[in-house]
Amino acid sequence: MSRTYRIPLPALAAASLVLVTTALAFVFFVAPTDADQGFSQRIFYFHVSIAFTAYAAFGLGAWKALRHLWKRDPNADLESYVGIHQGVIFGALVLLTGSIWARISWGHWWLWSENQLVLFLVLFLFYAAYFMLRFSIDPGPQRANLCAVYALFGVVLIPVSFLAIRLAQRFIHPVVFTRHGAEFGGWIMVTYLVSQAAMLVLAYTLYRVELSGKRLDARLRELRRAYA
Amino acid sequence: MTTAEKYVTAAYCVVFALVLLYVVIIALKLQRLEHEVDELADRAVATDAEEQREPAKVG
Repeated sequence: MSRTYRIPLPALAAASLVLVTTALAFVFFVAPTDADQGFSQRIFYFHVSIAFTAYAAFGLGAWKALRHLWKRDPNADLESYVGIHQGVIFGALVLLTGSIWARISWGHWWLWSENQLVLFLVLFLFYAAYFMLRFSIDPGPQRANLCAVYALFGVVLIPVSFLAIRLAQRFIHPVVFTRHGAEFGGWIMVTYLVSQAAMLVLAYTLYRVELSGKRLDARLRELRRAYA
Repeated sequence: MTTAEKYVTAAYCVVFALVLLYVVIIALKLQRLEHEVDELADRAVATDAEEQREPAKVG
């Protein structure tokens, strides 16, 4: 059996700690205060980084689901499940931080008229329902296949969620990534990139920790059955 | 502390709290797994001891 090289978990955890600390230092001590939104704009660095991380986690879940259906990779089903779980956790963080930012910027916790907010909520709820499907079926190949198909359907919502607002004419949700690239530079860009790296590494670390726990749990169940 | 500062602090605290909650849940799960490993190890030791105690058949 071929083994792929994996970064050791303690190294990943250390990298997450260093990157998150550096990102926080950049957010509060290096990034300049936005002339338009003032201090509250600092929510942007983690809010947007977490949103892209959630998209990446859902994308990973879908990729693993495709591998399960296509290559019949025996690990892919569990990896897809853990990827989607991470996506839902980071998705919840996007909604919470976004809501706080909306309250200070627009005076509302939530606006149903905003396509980007509603589409992200739809994406989040779609993947939250994945767990209802998963836990309503007995473990086995049927559950793995159904969950993989569901995860693949959900991935279609990612570009819809990302592009819908860019195609819309009227919106108040800020769009900083346009067809012409990012609409910011200098220290704002550096801070954003450090925050993005921090969130991606943190999510990957949590993914690996959860995956290790789930694999250990499965092996223990096998051992228990063998001893019974 | 201004209102904007309070909201920014709240947003970052929410991120920290949720990640911390996740780590606590994983830690509890690991604790359960550790307990199960101990149980299985005890059972393995007991089975070994029982096998050694069985009288050997003579003749």
